[in-house]
Amino acid sequence: MILDSKIPAGPLAEKWTKHKFNMKLVNPANKRKYEVIVVGTGLAGASAAASLAELGYNVKAFCFQDSPRRAHSIAAQGGINAAKNYQNDGDSIFRLFYDTIKGGDYRAREGNVYRLAEVSVNIIDQCVAQGVPFAREYGGLLANRSFGGAQVSRTFYARGQTGQQLLLGAYSALSRQVANGKVKLYPRTEMMDVVVIDGHARGIVTRNLITGAIETHAAHAVLLCTGGYGNVFFLSTNAMGSNVTAAWRAHKRGAYFANPCYTQIHPTCIPVSGDHQSKLTLMSESLRNDGRVWVPATVEMAEKLRKGQIKANDIPENERDYYLERKYPSFGNLVPRDVASRNAKYVCDEGRGVNETGEAVFLDFRDAIKRDGEDVIRAKYGNLFDMYQQITGENPYQVPMKIYPAVHYTMGGLWVDYNLMTTIPGLYALGEANFSDHGANRLGASALMQGLADGYFVIPYTVGDYLAQIGTKPVDANHPEFEKTAQEVKDRIQKLLSINGTKSVDYFHKKLGKIMWNECGMARTAEGLKKAKQEIRELRAEFWKDVKVLGENEELNQTLEKAHRVADFLELGELMIDDAYNRNESCGGHFREEYQTADGEALRDDENFAYVAAWKYMGDGQDEELNKEPLEFENVKLTQRSYK
Amino acid sequence: MSWVTKTLSSTLGRKLIMALTGLFLILFLTGHVSGNMLLFKGDGGEAFNKYAQFMTTNPAVKILSYLTYISVIAHVIYSILLTRKNKSARPVGYAESKASTNSAWSSRNMGVLGTIILIFLVVHMQGFWAKMHWGDMPMVTYEGETYKDLYQIVQFAFQNEILVAGYVIAMGFLSFHLSHGFASAFQTLGLNHVKYSPAIELIGRIYCIVVPVLFASMPLYIYFTS
Amino acid sequence: MKLTLKVWRQKNKADQGGFVTYPIDGISKDMSFLEMMDVLNEELTEKGDDPIHFDHDCREGICGMCSLYINGKPHGPQQTTTCQLHMRSFTDGDTITIEPWRAKAFPVVKDLVVDRSAFDRIIQAGGYVSVNTGGVPDANEIPIPKKIADEAFDAATCIGCGACVAACKNASAMLFTSAKISQLALLPQGQVERKERAEKMIAQMDAEGFGACTNTGACAAECPKGISLSNIARMNREYFSAVVSSENM
Repeated sequence: MILDSKIPAGPLAEKWTKHKFNMKLVNPANKRKYEVIVVGTGLAGASAAASLAELGYNVKAFCFQDSPRRAHSIAAQGGINAAKNYQNDGDSIFRLFYDTIKGGDYRAREGNVYRLAEVSVNIIDQCVAQGVPFAREYGGLLANRSFGGAQVSRTFYARGQTGQQLLLGAYSALSRQVANGKVKLYPRTEMMDVVVIDGHARGIVTRNLITGAIETHAAHAVLLCTGGYGNVFFLSTNAMGSNVTAAWRAHKRGAYFANPCYTQIHPTCIPVSGDHQSKLTLMSESLRNDGRVWVPATVEMAEKLRKGQIKANDIPENERDYYLERKYPSFGNLVPRDVASRNAKYVCDEGRGVNETGEAVFLDFRDAIKRDGEDVIRAKYGNLFDMYQQITGENPYQVPMKIYPAVHYTMGGLWVDYNLMTTIPGLYALGEANFSDHGANRLGASALMQGLADGYFVIPYTVGDYLAQIGTKPVDANHPEFEKTAQEVKDRIQKLLSINGTKSVDYFHKKLGKIMWNECGMARTAEGLKKAKQEIRELRAEFWKDVKVLGENEELNQTLEKAHRVADFLELGELMIDDAYNRNESCGGHFREEYQTADGEALRDDENFAYVAAWKYMGDGQDEELNKEPLEFENVKLTQRSYK
Repeated sequence: MSWVTKTLSSTLGRKLIMALTGLFLILFLTGHVSGNMLLFKGDGGEAFNKYAQFMTTNPAVKILSYLTYISVIAHVIYSILLTRKNKSARPVGYAESKASTNSAWSSRNMGVLGTIILIFLVVHMQGFWAKMHWGDMPMVTYEGETYKDLYQIVQFAFQNEILVAGYVIAMGFLSFHLSHGFASAFQTLGLNHVKYSPAIELIGRIYCIVVPVLFASMPLYIYFTS
Repeated sequence: MKLTLKVWRQKNKADQGGFVTYPIDGISKDMSFLEMMDVLNEELTEKGDDPIHFDHDCREGICGMCSLYINGKPHGPQQTTTCQLHMRSFTDGDTITIEPWRAKAFPVVKDLVVDRSAFDRIIQAGGYVSVNTGGVPDANEIPIPKKIADEAFDAATCIGCGACVAACKNASAMLFTSAKISQLALLPQGQVERKERAEKMIAQMDAEGFGACTNTGACAAECPKGISLSNIARMNREYFSAVVSSENM
């Protein structure tokens, strides 16, 4: 199949404007005749559901949490980028576009990224109008800070809780539409499958998590705003419930999955403390604005430190290696996430890690506190410091923080065209669930931007274009395909409940996570990937033979919920491995050890790999089919990324 | 439902009534304790009896006293309404609660304290107020005018150590009730500000001690001086 | 560490429920409270017992999904969320009592899971600024004094966990409701609907069956995000001035 990205022709800066004009419109009186399903209520989902309802569409919004406000967008800390140039420091839409393309290591579409940069300015206006309390200067205008990978201050923030404030803004807009009767809310309801009729997405099958009821919902279009799949690694900064199920079910029904191997490993997370660890906690990247990353200059010193013979503060200046500042003098501690993460891995691999496990580096605020005073640092990062102390029992005002990279975001996702439509007509993917805008690596403060751009400013136009073309005829909720899909869901639940094996769901999840982290994490090799593929296949077979899922379907059953999600992760993991194996180059979050420059940087192969790898599901146990969407760059020159 | 009844049946409307009547009763207590200080004058009760006469006959005071009765009744009725709502808000309680770590004892027991104070109030009013209004009172003459000799009734009543003890204990409860009620009323009215809230709290803390102590000192003074 | 857990088990809404005691061993001080529960659940699963159901999601103290009334306090002995509570707050040999939030408006769904959708309905009653997507002024056209913005932010940090209701002896939701009313009353964007919002949100709060506030301060003392009681005072002002001046009869 030829993948048509539907990028409009014409100059970059005019593409979106022209496209908006060329798209078909739905007459205001006809909008109420359409049903739209939105799965997930994070930034993308809540903003899409609210915006579509405001336009007059009838929306059903689903989330597995007890309230739409719990979606994991809420945990984003640092901020949201927008090319407002309020700081008069040389920012522009083109610069944000350029930074994003470059930061993504030239593996994203120019057209999409430019549109993202273009609407970024509207997002800030929208959020402020909703009452989102962004940080402000004394004059009453909005404050900005610089953020990883950018040399301008374009990040808007609300202390260390920007995601929370933006989500609550979108949630409030959604709540207003619920009150207006335009959105029907389905909390504690998990999407189990997509219903495809005559090649078009026409609804979904859901499970009511409290009663276990399997229900079908018909609609003219289905929007998946279901986030990323970082939990395939078991340990990640994702919420415990974050999962790939909705996207994976869509994939198995015909939606291509793009660039699954692009995983972002965030450099500033709290290190693992033991086997009991259930998740990892991110410390906002904004900390790197003032904190300095270092490890002892020698392995001997690091060993002493690990044994507790010396303390971090005892190490003199000349025995500290501020390795990021040393290697990247112009960006220093603010290099992009992939670079920062990989360098942390290098120094720890050398034996210079600083905690008991040897897998941690210091993030030190000593100099910043000396320079600005503790009060200033507390005002900027107080809640992050408190959180750190709560988790580790150490006071970061006095001793340096310990950090280590952790899986944080997945750039890959369902393949979508410029309209955010997947390869199944009528099925859309928004936010982290799609693959579109970040290429092989996402810049800090760009996830919130993309989620809201998709939901507030892209989908309201593009979904209308599709709906106008299919007409207002209601979807037949009694079409046999609904019953058939629902039955398949029921059969799968029955199967999971009837295995009655000996090992818990978490056992499999942890095992899968280890395989993924070791072989498909920060650094990958062809050999390791090959081995991992085999291991995952074996693990998956074992899962379906020996998993133990207690309880019944007709009640709240968290084990069953989890079993479902892990079963899908076990399939996704293999695809990630295939994708990583196929991509014989290093780019952004995908680092193949075989492909690096002399000084250890990612070495791209633009000749052979400047494409989006979109995978087509071919049936159980079959290798998937690779489809390539070539990436064309007309406005930026592909260069080796350099942050020196 | 009109907006008035709607407001007064909302939780906040009911709380407003509690706060306003509470503050009015605080004002009443202030007046009451000031007037009764005449018991300490040592003039054989002349000033006190004249004051008592004034308080029961002056038309302006009459209006105030009716307001006081209404306040007491409204305070009691609305506290019952609110307590019923509050109890129904948690039909199943906790097996273990460490409420003492997050709130003051008095703040959690205003209902109990109020009930005890109400019982005290009935006894108190029966003993003095009812007698003064409708009872068989001894009379006394100052400068040719006859007055009801409430002072003598008071003197007689506080010979009884059980009654004295009861009064003193009741004032202890009143103190606890006021220790939360004073500042709480302002909070309910929405008067919470960094500029003046500390002052309100300080005055409340002083008030809840000074007024009950003064009240309690009256029976004690009479008991020990006669 | 070796601990004894006394946990509320209740199969569903209709079930009576009761406490079940579980001994647990080998707990590390670095575990979070929920990781300790994970360990217990793995053991229960191994034995074939239904694991204990509890709400949790982000496990970093921001989604507001975790709850649990631990040893007589919402979110346990520290002023934080249960997911951020670590076992170093307990000592070897402790008995820990774990109950669900208790309130008529938060019915138990199963074990320690309660239904907090009442909070959503309070927000739906007016916890928003009625602006549609698009057509809004430039963000910097609305200057807001830093102090006001900060104060609004402080109120806006509420995570909707319900600890205030759980802590309050009256199961009152006033801290939650007042946090949203305060945020929007402080900001210029919230002025247009200010009166309407206060009236509607409070009416919904009452309709959900929450109790009234008696100003004990327990809610603010237990709030993991430190939402201040001054918000309740502001809500009261908003409400009283709204009822006497709004157009709603």
